[in-house]
Amino acid sequence: MKAFSYARASDTRAAVGEYHPGTAYLGGGTNLVDLMRLGVLAPDRVVDVTRATSDSIENSPDGGLLIGAAVRNSDLATSRAVRQRYPLLARAVLDGASGQIRNMATVGGNLLQRTRCPYFQDVSMPCNKRLPGSGCQARAPGADTENLAILGHSAACVATNPSDMAVALTALGARVRVTGPDGERSVPMPGLHRLPGGSPQRDTSLEPGELITAVELPPPLPGRSAYRKVRGRASFAFALVSVAAVLRTGPDGTVSDCKLALGGVAHAPWRCHSAERTVVTLPATRDSFIRATDEELRQARPLPGNEYKVTLARNLIVGVLGELAR
Amino acid sequence: MGSAHTTPITLAVNGEPHTVTIDNRTSLLDLLRERLGLTGTKKGCDHGQCGACTVLIGGRRANACLALAVTCDGAEVTTVEGLVGPGDADLHPLQAAFIRHDAFQCGYCTPGQLCSAVGMLTEPGPSAVTDDLMASPPLTPGEIRERMSGNLCRCGAYVNIVRAISAVAEAPAQ
Repeated sequence: MKAFSYARASDTRAAVGEYHPGTAYLGGGTNLVDLMRLGVLAPDRVVDVTRATSDSIENSPDGGLLIGAAVRNSDLATSRAVRQRYPLLARAVLDGASGQIRNMATVGGNLLQRTRCPYFQDVSMPCNKRLPGSGCQARAPGADTENLAILGHSAACVATNPSDMAVALTALGARVRVTGPDGERSVPMPGLHRLPGGSPQRDTSLEPGELITAVELPPPLPGRSAYRKVRGRASFAFALVSVAAVLRTGPDGTVSDCKLALGGVAHAPWRCHSAERTVVTLPATRDSFIRATDEELRQARPLPGNEYKVTLARNLIVGVLGELAR
Repeated sequence: MGSAHTTPITLAVNGEPHTVTIDNRTSLLDLLRERLGLTGTKKGCDHGQCGACTVLIGGRRANACLALAVTCDGAEVTTVEGLVGPGDADLHPLQAAFIRHDAFQCGYCTPGQLCSAVGMLTEPGPSAVTDDLMASPPLTPGEIRERMSGNLCRCGAYVNIVRAISAVAEAPAQ
């Protein structure tokens, strides 16, 4: 690991003031420290921001919640307000990582965790995200593509975003509040994360020095919700595919509102706009859900070796919507 | 330049205060083992995937390999050495239960299993396998397996680890 200087920021302004190119903000460290040890990241300065932003969850005036960026994942998942009003979010967080890691990881850090693409994490391999212009080993014949993207990828990068929480926040219509050298702004999910295009080195739309300070949840959406995650083992693994769904049906049995987001399939949480548009006003039946899902997944371009994800995503969405419609 | 990359910190380990100047790169795990001589905490994967290095930081279980020691300035850390009572034979109930239920073979993951279980037993609320999200459910074997999924055991002593933890979880509080 490369040597670095260290500062602990006591407030947001101090944290942003500490920033210069080569600085990494440190939350729980569960991803950053590992990537530094692997040599994937080599900041020359680390600024601990766990005391620079709020670690509490508060009611907001509009009936939503304001979640401080320093809230630990375990505290988010056990918050009564979150469990009662945003069960989808609590479920997504409980489905992520291990008890130890949830105790350490912060909300801000969870949103900014890096891809687990095996070629990004292996410094002996080419990777356009780690070293722009070096190539994409995941595109090489015989590459391990099992965990990689089927939607929204580019010639330069097929990595996936690993966060479960971000998928739930996308379906819930959350906004991410950030402070940077030029002041404060808020970014709607999934707009925090971007598709790779020709610049996969950028995971997010954040500008240099910008720091996540909070997540704003709008008032809970009416309807039933669920988070369902499929992974290679029963616990403590990243999603192969996950889905966050909110479904509301009218008295006539038709879908009046639907929010759908997928995890494990793209460089960003994937909001299923096509499926949502298709399913609203249709009867809440399996046939409608299949039609909506197929409309979404027409855009899928699986890689050699991860074609299974298209079928998995289809079955997962149709299954979850079916349960929510019961 | 040298001092820009080192930091003096003070932390309490098993109730004993330590003041040390560390290279900022030092993990809490390496500080415990290499500087403080507390080798009970084990290094397994050094990537947060195996749980052998689990300790309690401020009473909460955490992977010591992923915690930079410099972030632990002012923290209270408990390692497996701190689980015993004042007398050497005064084992923590979980340590006694691990022995009684034969919950290990090689023992390398055991300190992490113990610290993880101590932390887990204090953690409120549901887990990923709990049906009712508003509940703090009884710690059935299924709940224990899910809550302990951050601790791997290459010997596969899981069945008896779950038995040992169950025995303590079901015991009436003192």
